[in-house]
Parts: sequence; C-alpha cells; structure tokens
Amino acid sequence: MTLMSHTKPYIRKKAVLIMYKVFLKYPESLRPAFPRLKEKLEDPDPGVQSAAVNVICELARRNPKNYLSLAPLFFKLMTSSTNNWVLIKIIKLFGALTPLEPRLGKKLIEPLTNLIHSTSAMSLLYECVNTVIAVLISLSSGMPNHSASIQLCVQKLRILIEDSDQNLKYLGLLAMSKILRTHPKSVQAHKDLVLQCLDDKDESIRLRALDLLYGMVSKKNLMEIVKKLMTHVDKAEGTTYRDELLTKIIDICSQSNYQHITNFEWYISILVELTRLEGTRHGHLIAAQMLDVAIRVKAIRRFAVSQMSTLLDSAHLVASSTQRSGICEVLYAAAWICGEFSEHLQEPQQTLEAMLRPKVTTLPGHIQAVYVQNVVKLYAAILQQKEQAADAQAAQEVTQLLVERLPQFVQSADLEAQERASCILQLVKHVQKLQARDVPVAEEVSALFAGELNPVAPKAQKKVPVPEGLDLDAWINEPLSDSESEDEKPKAIFHDEEPRHAKQRPPEADEQELARRREARKQEQANNPFYIKSSPSPQKRYQDAPGVDHIPVVQIDLSVPLKVPGMPMSDQYVKLEEERRHQQRLEKDKRKRKKRERERRGARRHTSLHTESDEDITPAQRVDIVTEEMPENALPSDEDDKDPNDPYRALDIDLDKPLADSEKLPVQKHRDAETSKSPERQDVTVVEKKSKKPKKKEKKQKEKEREKKKKKEAEKGVDLDFWLSTTPPAATPAPEEPGVNAAVTAPKEEPRGEEQDAGKDAEQDLEKKPSEQKKKKHKKDKGERSKDKKRPKKRAPPREGDAEPVQNGALREEPLPPMSSYSLLAENSYIKMTYDVQGSLQKDSQVTVSMVLENQSSSFLKNMELNVLDSLNARLARPEGSSVHDGVPVPFQLPPGISNEAQFVFTIQSIVTAQKLKGTLSFIAKNDEGSTHEKLDFKLHFTCTSYLVTTPCYSDAFAKLLESGDLSMSSVKVDGISMSFQNLLAKICFHHHFSVVERVDSCASMYSRSIQGHHVCLLVKKGEKSVSVDGKCSDSTLLSNVLEEMKETLGKC
Amino acid sequence: MIKAILIFNNHGKPRLSKFYQPYSEDTQQQIIRETFHLVSKRDENVCNFLEGGLLIGGSDNKLIYRHYATLYFVFCVDSSESELGILDLIQVFVETLDKCFENVCELDLIFHVDKVHNILAEMVMGGMVLETNMNEIVTQIEAQNKLEKSETFIFQSPRQDR
Repeated sequence: MTLMSHTKPYIRKKAVLIMYKVFLKYPESLRPAFPRLKEKLEDPDPGVQSAAVNVICELARRNPKNYLSLAPLFFKLMTSSTNNWVLIKIIKLFGALTPLEPRLGKKLIEPLTNLIHSTSAMSLLYECVNTVIAVLISLSSGMPNHSASIQLCVQKLRILIEDSDQNLKYLGLLAMSKILRTHPKSVQAHKDLVLQCLDDKDESIRLRALDLLYGMVSKKNLMEIVKKLMTHVDKAEGTTYRDELLTKIIDICSQSNYQHITNFEWYISILVELTRLEGTRHGHLIAAQMLDVAIRVKAIRRFAVSQMSTLLDSAHLVASSTQRSGICEVLYAAAWICGEFSEHLQEPQQTLEAMLRPKVTTLPGHIQAVYVQNVVKLYAAILQQKEQAADAQAAQEVTQLLVERLPQFVQSADLEAQERASCILQLVKHVQKLQARDVPVAEEVSALFAGELNPVAPKAQKKVPVPEGLDLDAWINEPLSDSESEDEKPKAIFHDEEPRHAKQRPPEADEQELARRREARKQEQANNPFYIKSSPSPQKRYQDAPGVDHIPVVQIDLSVPLKVPGMPMSDQYVKLEEERRHQQRLEKDKRKRKKRERERRGARRHTSLHTESDEDITPAQRVDIVTEEMPENALPSDEDDKDPNDPYRALDIDLDKPLADSEKLPVQKHRDAETSKSPERQDVTVVEKKSKKPKKKEKKQKEKEREKKKKKEAEKGVDLDFWLSTTPPAATPAPEEPGVNAAVTAPKEEPRGEEQDAGKDAEQDLEKKPSEQKKKKHKKDKGERSKDKKRPKKRAPPREGDAEPVQNGALREEPLPPMSSYSLLAENSYIKMTYDVQGSLQKDSQVTVSMVLENQSSSFLKNMELNVLDSLNARLARPEGSSVHDGVPVPFQLPPGISNEAQFVFTIQSIVTAQKLKGTLSFIAKNDEGSTHEKLDFKLHFTCTSYLVTTPCYSDAFAKLLESGDLSMSSVKVDGISMSFQNLLAKICFHHHFSVVERVDSCASMYSRSIQGHHVCLLVKKGEKSVSVDGKCSDSTLLSNVLEEMKETLGKC
Repeated sequence: MIKAILIFNNHGKPRLSKFYQPYSEDTQQQIIRETFHLVSKRDENVCNFLEGGLLIGGSDNKLIYRHYATLYFVFCVDSSESELGILDLIQVFVETLDKCFENVCELDLIFHVDKVHNILAEMVMGGMVLETNMNEIVTQIEAQNKLEKSETFIFQSPRQDR
C-alpha cells in the first residue's frame, strides 16, 4: 500500500499491478485499497496510470456494475489520454460497462466516433468500433441518429476486411458478425465481400466468413449461397474445413426451422449430394437432417423416399468408401425413411432386397438394427400390396426371402440387431405358417406399424407437470454401470416416466386438467419421434387396430427377445425391454386417445389442414421446435466438434513421435541427446571390452601406417620436414606411441585414456586436412578406416569424445584449415619441444602433458631427462621413491631427424587459474665428434582450457543447467573476424575442448566441463565482423580466464 | 489478461514458457505441444489469431502468435486483451530482446533465461501488461544489469582475497 505512493513511478506501477493479485486473494482488501487505486488513475506518470487502468479493467470485467461510478473519470481519461494501450483498455472497459447503463452508451458514441475518425492506429480503431457495436447493441433501439454510426462502423469494417493484412481481415469479420446480430440489414449489403472472403487462403478467415453467412441468408439468396458453399465443399481439401463447411451448410439451411428453404426437394438433393463426400464425420448429422425433413415435411416424403431408396441401392458405395463411422450413418436415415414411408416406395421389393444384402452385416450394429426393423416395415407394406393384388405366390416369396435372409442378422454382433432379428424372424415364420394356410395376414402385420410419428422437442417433457405420487428419482431398474452419453440421459428419464403417466392418467378426468392432459398427450406423441431422432432404435408403438385378437400372438413373440440371454449392455436395450413390458398397459390406455390424437396431430407448417384445435397446439409446437428442438439438432453437431478433436488428439500423439524421431536425426543437438544417454546405460565392463578390442586393431593399423610413413620418410625427407612443420606432429608420433605409453605411463595407469586422446587428435587432424589427404589418398582411406574402428570405442568410454560425431558431422560440411593443439614449448639447435595438455574427467586433479620431442640436429640424442620446478599448485608426478628434485627420464632416444612423444602427468590443485611451470630438459647429444651434455629450459604453460574436457551435453540438460541460475556470467567480444562461423566453432571445439550443444544460424551454444566438474556454458554469436562469446560457469575466475584464452585464440583468426 | 506466454522454435522445442495461471507440469507440456501443433501448421500469410478448442481453456481465450525466423511467440489471452494490441506487444518484446542481446537468436533465450524472464517481468506482470514502452523497459533492464554487476563485484572481491 505504501509502495503505491512511492516516489519512483517504476515502483508505483509495479505496486499497483500487484494489488490485483492481492485483491484476488483477499477480496476484503479491495474496499480499503480502492480509493488509493482510484487516485493512481490520475497519476502523473503514464506507466502508473496504465497499470491502474489495467487493474481496474480486470476488476471491472468480473463485475462491471461496481465500477460504473468510475465512468466519468475514465471518460476524462479517454478524451485526454494519448497512450493507445490505455485507450484500448478504457474502451474495452466501456464496452463492458455500457450494457449496464445505456445512458453512458449514448454519451460515448460521440467521442468514439471522433476517435474512429481521427486515430491512425488500427488496434484502437478496431476496439472503438467494437465498443460502438457494444453500445449499439445495448441501446438496441433503431434510433435514426445511430444508423449513421452503424454505417460508419460497417464502412470501417469493410476497410478492415478489404485490407491485405490477414489479421485485420479476420478481426473485421469478427466484428461484422457482432453487428450482424442486431443489424443484419446493414451487413447484408456486404455479402459480396463476405463471399469473397470464402475464397481466402486462411482457414480461420473462411470460418469467420461462414459464420457471417449464417446470418446473411434469406429465402432469396439461400440457394445461391449454398450452391457456392457446395463448390467449396468440393474444393476443400482439409477434412476439418470440409466438415465445418458441411455443418455450416446444414446449419444455414435448417436455421430457424428451415425458414429460408423454399424448396425441400432441393434440400434433400443437397443432403444426398453431401453424402457423396468422402471421409466426413458428419454422417449422422446429415442423417438427422434427412429424418427431420422427411418427418416434418409431408409433401416431400415421396421424393425423399425415392432418393433414399437409390441411396440404399448404392449402399455398398457409401459403406465401402468409409468403413469407419463416417457417412454410413446416412444409411440409417435412409433405411428408416424407406421403411417408415414405405407406402411412397415405387419398387418396395427392390429396396427390400437391397436392404437384405449380405453386405449389410458389415455396417455398424445400430444401423443393422434399424435395417432389421425397417425390413419388416417394408415387408408389411409389400405384403399388403400383394394381398390386395391377391398375389399369394408373390407374398409367400417375399416371406421366404425374409426367412432366408434374416438369420444373417440374428448372428449379428450387435445385441440390438440380434434381438430384433430373432424376434422378427419368429414373427415372419409365424406369418409363413399362416400364409401356408392361406390366412390373410397383411393387415395384421402392417398393423404393427400403423400410426404416425411426430417430432417433439426434447424438452417438451419438462413442460409436463409431474403427476402426484410420481417419484422421478426412483429407479425402475437398477442403475446401469455402463457409461451413458450425455444426450442419452434425457431419454432415460423420458422413458422412466412415460409408463407411469399411463398409469396415472385414467383418474385425471377433471375438466381443469384438460390442458394438462393435452400436454401429456403431446408429450406422448413426442415419444416416438424422439427415439427416432437420437436413439438408434426407432421404436414403434404397437398399435392396436382392428386385429386386436392377434395381439397376444405378437406378445408371445415379444417375450422371446425379452429372455434373450445377453444382458442389456446399453440403456437402450433396457429401455426397449421396459418399453415392451409396459406395452400392454399402455395400449389399453391409448387406444381411445390415439384416435382423437391422430386427428389433432399433423399440426405443422406444411400441412394444409389446419383445424381449430390444431391452432391451439401449433404455436406451442412451433416454439418448441424453434427454441428447443433446434438445440437438439445442434447437439449432434456439438458432438461432432468433439469428434474431430479426438482424432486430433490421436494425431497429436502420432505426430509427436515422428517429430521426436525426425528431430533426432537431422539436428545435431538431438543426436547429442541420444548418444549421451546411451553411455549411461552401458555397463562398465562392456565399455572396457569395447575399448580394448579396437585397440589391437588400431595398433596394427598404426604399425602399418608407421611402415608406410617410414618408407615415405626415406623417399622424401624434405617433404616430411615441411609436413611436420605445418601439421600437428600428432599424426607422426601416434604410430610409435604405444611403446612410449607402455614405458612412461604404465605406472600411472593411464595408457588407455592417453592413447585415445592422441588417437582422437590424430583422427581430427586427419579430417581437418583434406588437402593433405588428397595428396596421400591411400593414407586418407586408412585414416578413415581407423576412425571407423575407433568410433565404437569412442562412444563407449564415459563421456569421452561423445560429442565427436556431432562435431565432425558439422565440421565435415566444409574444408577446415589444419589445426593443431600442440604448441611450441622450447627450441634450440638440437631439439624442438611441442606440447599439449589434456585432462580427463576421471582424474579430477591430474592433467597429462604430451610432449613431442623432435631432433633437429644431426646428433643422436639420448639420456633425456625432464625436470620441473614444482609449484604449490602443480607438481610433476614422479616415480615413487624419487625426490622433488629428481627428473623424470624420457623413455626413448632420438636419432637425427626423428621425433617422438612422451607423456608426463601433473597433479593440479586449483584449476581456476592458468599457471606456468619452469622446467629443464637435459640430454646428451652424441655425434661423430663426441658427445656433449646439453640443456634446454622451458616454461610449461597450463592454460585454463587445458583443464576442460570435451563433454557432450544435450540441450534439455543445458537449458536446465542455465535455468538453475547459479552460474556466474561474463562475456568477451572479438572484432575483425572473417573466418566462417563453421570454422570458428570447430576451432573453439578443438582448441578449447568444447562441444556444440545447439546451433542456429550464426549462433551456437557450447558446453564443456572442467576436470573438477565445473560447468562451462558458452553462447557464441557471430556478427558482421565480430564474434561475441558469452560464458557462464560455476566458477567466475575460471570462466574469465577461459574467455581470455579464447579471445586470444579468436584474435588470431 | 494474459494467460500464458510460450516461445518455441520451428521444431516445437520450447524455448520459454511462462504461465500466469497455475497448471501442473504435465499440463504445461501438453499445452505447449498442442499449441505448437495448432500454430505450426498454419501458413505464413494467414492471420495471427487462433481460437477455441484449446487445452488452456475456455472459448474466451485466444492464441495470438507471431513467427520470427525460427521462433514462434505465442500469447494466450482472454477477451479483455486487444488482439492487435497483443501483436504490438509481441513486437515490442522481440525488439526489446534484440536490444538487450544484440542480434538476438533463439539460443539467447536459453542462455540468458534469467534475463529474458526479467524483461518479460518488466512488460507483463501477473498476466497484466505493465509497460509497453520499449525505451522504458530497456532502461529498467539496464539499471538491473548494472545493479547485478556491482553486486557480483562485491560478492566476488572477498572471495578473491582469500
């Protein structure tokens, strides 16, 4: 609180912002703090002001009405402030406030219009327009002076939409759709523009445009728009977008109860056309539409049925094109329509056969179930037809067909289909018996399906008052453990209740209850179509018509499926069961009512018969349809929205994996990750085995090499000199190294590591001198081969050289200049000394100095002895028992012109600073004239880099390391570097023992580790002519020293 | 309010993530992955807004992103933020980064995590925009750096004496 009035605006503004979080946590603090917050709105510092506006906007967004009192203040701010950010916030706030206070809106319009005219910032303009729209919506009265501002808004939006910037276009459309809600007329003028947007490349823009279209259609332009959309459907490639288009088409057509559709035949054909789409997931949406239209629009049924029967005929096409749940849903609707309105079928026999094709069994279970049910309906129709024509033969043939084909459904995997099929099979068999006795059965069979189905809003049930004594919460059956999809739930309630109504009804004979009864009746009518719509089993009410006597027969048949062993798995099954149990009771109640009802039914728009009693119901029904039935229709579409998501989620996983893989391959860093993990998993024993094997080969290799080299040396000694002076001696000494190692370093147990290091150097050298390799091609080959053999070994020893493949991979891209890590130690007429210092992670305080001694004289050098003046920090490791002043003998002699490498181990205490050790090499030079005792003084320089060991690090670990934040940081910059970044990195890797973690363009992160476990991270960036190196390290002194050394190296580039 | 700020590269490797609402580690990772999949499949020349169907919640939320060279900067915001305003903010953020680390590169975000977070904290606090003026931000960051340097100096000097 006190900080809010701190003298520094910087602190004030932060304090103000923090208050929001405080308010959230402790709402009671809001009241006492608010006056001060309000003060801050008028703070002289714009930053504080905007912070305060921010906080209040956030607060006000939650409950705007508490902040109405601030409106004048904001109003002042709005007119005075020049900060766009603040303005946007304020304007947004006003947008939230205006719905609560229309007067404010009126007041706002003027300054907002001014802003719209004056501002150049698109963001501000957009927000202004948005708020104006909000204001207009809140006013919602078409006052004449406002139409001007609407026009202004729409104009501005048009500019936005026409803009080439996709973002503006998108926002323009978004705002446009807001206007559409209240002022559709003014938007409709811009239909051309919106249609144009449909062609846009951007999917989100197309979707916005689609949204707009939804509001723009009218009776006149519907066909045109849908036609346009259909072409888009054909063009659309992405399934998501196509599905979206499809739902939009259906939405647009079916909106407000099909009010824009003038020709339903057209609509049906559009729907049928849509079924030809491949891979859509909205099959059941189309199906629902087909059912809905066929049920609601009587006049269209004939057409619909003919379309559906062709659809059924070509069912194999539909079903085969998308095996999974896609479009075959449509068949469900088709089968149902054909069955239900079989009287309109021209060739029922053919359709029946189409439905009984063996292929049908491959369809999903619920569709099979519908098939079975509707086959019987068709059968009933055909039977009737034949009997009327007195064609007993044909009738029996049809029965026979059914008896033959139905068993394929009895074997269905779907319980529903199975049950129905077995039930109906029995029925048909019974009919067959009767037919054999020449008993006319057609009427009775068709009586099964007499009566008509009506649509009812899903919520109609709610409007029915609960009869007394009815406990809706009580379970009739035990609750099912099965998961119910949400949209099925209301159905379950519906079901539980319905039979009780039946029971309750007889006593309610009161005149007063008449209205209620009508409702109840309506709900009852509702019952059937409701099943049709959302359950896969359109249930038929077995209505009693003339043939009452035969009902018992039917019921006996029914009892068979009731006892079907498989326990009910879906609640539908239970419902079915239950339904049938109550059938008998219901029938009695309904019998009388039904007749009355049937007269009253059919109250829908497209019927020409409107009786007076109908009109009582009609409006009610309409309301139902508009407000409640539509959501029902929308329900499946919601589901669809989820549907595409599911595959996406599945896709996500799929994509993830390949991504990870692909990342691993081409990008360096990931291989790093891969390789650095693998060594950890490997056993030490394996490591050792692996490392020993190739060594032998290596030796052989090297021996060969040596032989070759000796020959060459003999051939052209001059050349060799040149070669030795320019290239690292590592290649030369390497062949002889094994012997040396054995002698010198055996007591120190270091042979393997050393050899590897040397070998690695040799390898790197080989690689880095392509020019030379070309000269001696056979040698290169050999080098390559030896490298290959080394590789497994390289990976095996923990962390050593793991980064090599990565680096090498990077390095290979372009030829690199020759590099040597060996530097001159001392030189006189007899001998030249070069050396390199290497550390290893295993020994945290030891480094190995590899010293190459080259005889430059014609004398024979022998009895070489190295002595170093130890310092506190660093000392030479001497053979046991020798004193500090004793030298260490060099285990070889040098004939003229020959060089060899010796290795000495030093123990180091602190590695954070570089240091120098003074030393002397004493030897006896022997030539023809005799022998002399000679001495060569040198200074051994231990750089900080020499304590670093190339260690791979994968980027995640690298990021974690840096995130930990306990590294100190320092940086250097070197100007005037013309070397390629590639070479530069190679140089750093080589000379300073770093490995590349990641590289992006001319920027790379690198990592190394000291022998004592300090992490060193680098970020190397190359500019035009300069290179900057930022470093982070757990020890700042070490870091600054390393960077200094690096600067030196880079300076030479 | 800004719900989250995510930065990842073209391969979906997260470079920086800041959530202004509590999410579990797993959810955060999932959000990043999902966002990446949403954003990465979009063309260069489409608009920079995405909405709905996101793990990060609600239809109220929007993704506003910008693509710079190898990096995606994604802000997840709710309806109280102006879309274009956030786009500007991203621009300011990137420019600020560029100013603070000359010639900014995605690896800077990793290497200078602390600094990047500092910069972000100067611009967005608790999901609310604190400062949009780049110069102001840079001044504050520089002041912080100075302070940090002097601190490390004091911190280091006794150690070196030892």
